[in-house]
Amino acid sequence: MSVKELQSRHKLLKKQSYEPKELYRGYTDRVLYINLDDNTVAEKPIPAMMKEKFIGGKGYGLKLLWDGTRPDTRWNDNDNEIIISPGPIAGITQYAGSGKSLVVSISPLTDIVIDSNVGGYFGPFLKFSGFDVLEIQGKAKNDIIIVIDGIRNTVSIEEAPGEEIDSHIIAEQLTEMYSESADPRDMKNVSVISAGNAAQNTLIGLLNFSWYDIKRKKCRLKQAGRGGIGTVFRDKKIKAVVVKVTGVSPDPNHVADMEPIKERGARFAREMKELDPHQCRMKQEGTAHLVNVMNDYDLLPTHNFKFGSHKDADNIHSRVWNKKFTQGMNDGCWIGCTMNCCKGVDDFELKSGPYKGHKVIVDGPEYETAAGVGANLGIFDADAVIELNFYCDTYGIDTISFGTIVSFAMECYENKLITKEHTGGLDLHFGNIPATLELIHQMARGEGFGRIAGLGVRRMKEYFAKNYGADMKFMNDIGMENKGLEYSQYVSKESLAQQGGYAMTNKGPQHDEAWLIFMDMVNNRIPTFENKAEALHYFPMFRTWFGLNGLCKLPWNDVEPESNALEAEPNKVPEHVDNYVTIFNAVTGRSIDKEELIRQSERVYNYQRTFNIRRGYGLRKHDAQPYRAAGPVTEEEYLSRQERYDKQMKDIIGIDPAGKSLKEKMDITRKYREDRYEQLLDAVYKRRGWTKNGVPTLEHMKELGMDLPEVVDVLKKHL
Amino acid sequence: MDTVNVNGNIIEWKENMTVQDVLTAMKYTFKLLIVKVNGELVRRDQYDSYKVPCKSEIDVIHLMSGG
Repeated sequence: MSVKELQSRHKLLKKQSYEPKELYRGYTDRVLYINLDDNTVAEKPIPAMMKEKFIGGKGYGLKLLWDGTRPDTRWNDNDNEIIISPGPIAGITQYAGSGKSLVVSISPLTDIVIDSNVGGYFGPFLKFSGFDVLEIQGKAKNDIIIVIDGIRNTVSIEEAPGEEIDSHIIAEQLTEMYSESADPRDMKNVSVISAGNAAQNTLIGLLNFSWYDIKRKKCRLKQAGRGGIGTVFRDKKIKAVVVKVTGVSPDPNHVADMEPIKERGARFAREMKELDPHQCRMKQEGTAHLVNVMNDYDLLPTHNFKFGSHKDADNIHSRVWNKKFTQGMNDGCWIGCTMNCCKGVDDFELKSGPYKGHKVIVDGPEYETAAGVGANLGIFDADAVIELNFYCDTYGIDTISFGTIVSFAMECYENKLITKEHTGGLDLHFGNIPATLELIHQMARGEGFGRIAGLGVRRMKEYFAKNYGADMKFMNDIGMENKGLEYSQYVSKESLAQQGGYAMTNKGPQHDEAWLIFMDMVNNRIPTFENKAEALHYFPMFRTWFGLNGLCKLPWNDVEPESNALEAEPNKVPEHVDNYVTIFNAVTGRSIDKEELIRQSERVYNYQRTFNIRRGYGLRKHDAQPYRAAGPVTEEEYLSRQERYDKQMKDIIGIDPAGKSLKEKMDITRKYREDRYEQLLDAVYKRRGWTKNGVPTLEHMKELGMDLPEVVDVLKKHL
Repeated sequence: MDTVNVNGNIIEWKENMTVQDVLTAMKYTFKLLIVKVNGELVRRDQYDSYKVPCKSEIDVIHLMSGG
């Protein structure tokens, strides 16, 4: 069906004009609120207090979600929201990585707030259309699309029965439909958010944010992957959200002072040109450069995080990705990004599923995907990884959760906790590519074992125990989830700090709060609990700040200035921190320093912790980790690194392993490691100004200026 | 045995051992490194030529990268 025919089937439910509003110093100070229960379209002003304390991005999302939901709102209740906010810096084109959006919602996986950051053009275009935030509540009766026309200043809700669900198709359909013309220069002024067929049949749905690649003349997709927001999106019967603008001017944010931004941007561009080829090669390989590095350091998860390296890992080595990726293209997921790390595989011919034989562009794989749907599943075949990457994206499911879910199922299968009888005939041995592909297609169709796997690791454990009599204790040890969210793809066994960096996160074990493995395990620079606690204070707070402002984390430390080696704390990359302070001040006209930057984050971070507590979570028991994250669960694991574990027992624990049985040694190791984690929790909570139960104290919240009445009401019940 | 201390790990020292030899011995393949030998910064272009004295204290600081 042609795009015109598809559009002719639309039924307009609501069309509303709004007053145009230009950005001033990065803000419009208003929210676009849409309620799909009754097709309300409204503007909401952002009060000065909210701007001061929550900054933008995730901060705005959390504040609006708190106000818009009840403590017992479930993910599929009508009052759950999807809130998209880029932040004040988003949309500048003079510094790399300045086009991110933060999406928040109540997660179907965790029942707490999920936040997920994403590139693509939608966030900046939303701002250029006149809004800092898009807040969507309610549920439509039939499939709809929302169109924000920033050219004519209208918002419409349209029933859209004909468009495809899968993202690689609907993004193209709607970009063509809503572009002012077929000229690629107009096509690039449209961005589409969509999910996919598996998003509506699993709890691990994601959102794809598109950007039009003018050189390839194709839509590219970036993912808000974590926590099932795509599932919420489809539950609301949203097929897509479209935004269109006239174009991108040199200073759409109307910043306070452009010169410092340009100067820092030019400085960063020089670093990329001169240093990146000798450092991470982000421009050639993106984050996939890390695959072989992680393998070399025994950190690449293989076979459900049992091991950290594999003899076949060279098959998914960064040099393989270097050849697969089309080089020399414009691979920035926002205009002006000189890091250009959003790599793509062109003309990839699919070998399975409904699009078998189609030649498609595949965005990625990034490191997490190569590790998750590759090494962790025992799949060391680059083309299989690319195919799984494509289908996860277009079906709208998170590659990280998919990888950790399937690897868990494979370990259960190999341990005979589940059999072919339970999997519908799927042979889920590690490394089985056809079975893994069939499973993802089942997820898209909502059929068979795909339906069970799509529930996520936490619910799979309960399902296997209840229906198949599987050993819950063993599954709790090997099921790599915390708070209900699947772990991202690093082996944390040898880094206590990273164990905290995962399991103490607000949303669940995603590495975007802290990645401390090298500092801790390799450099031995944070040996004491106090050292680790300081790192688990500073880095999560610093990295939270990117999500308040619409920034990508990668330009912070994936290329580093030569002078960084002379810094007292090189892991903080102080010159780049100074870039961010300078740019924030230059955009907003405010005057913060690097200490206030951290305080801005602390306010929002503690608010999010309090939000979790309000919902019945966010306490010490919710920061518990599966033992697989901390040490060897099985004899096979212990024996594979026996020399290391025995040496640690003798040198660190102070017990001679000689004469001890394997079981005794494993028990000693486990007791030691579990005790260390408890001590870490104590140290980090103290540093963060929390009680031993993980509750922010009123004194700390007052000191931060976050003793808001609703916050105090929640906290005092737990103090 | 003659040794050097690399990030708290004791390894065997050999005559004419360079910084690159140390990195190879430790299987340090990551590129974002800061290397200091007895507190003295060694530039990347010196890794192959800089001779590490016996009993050196060597810091190989791995920076962070990735998503």
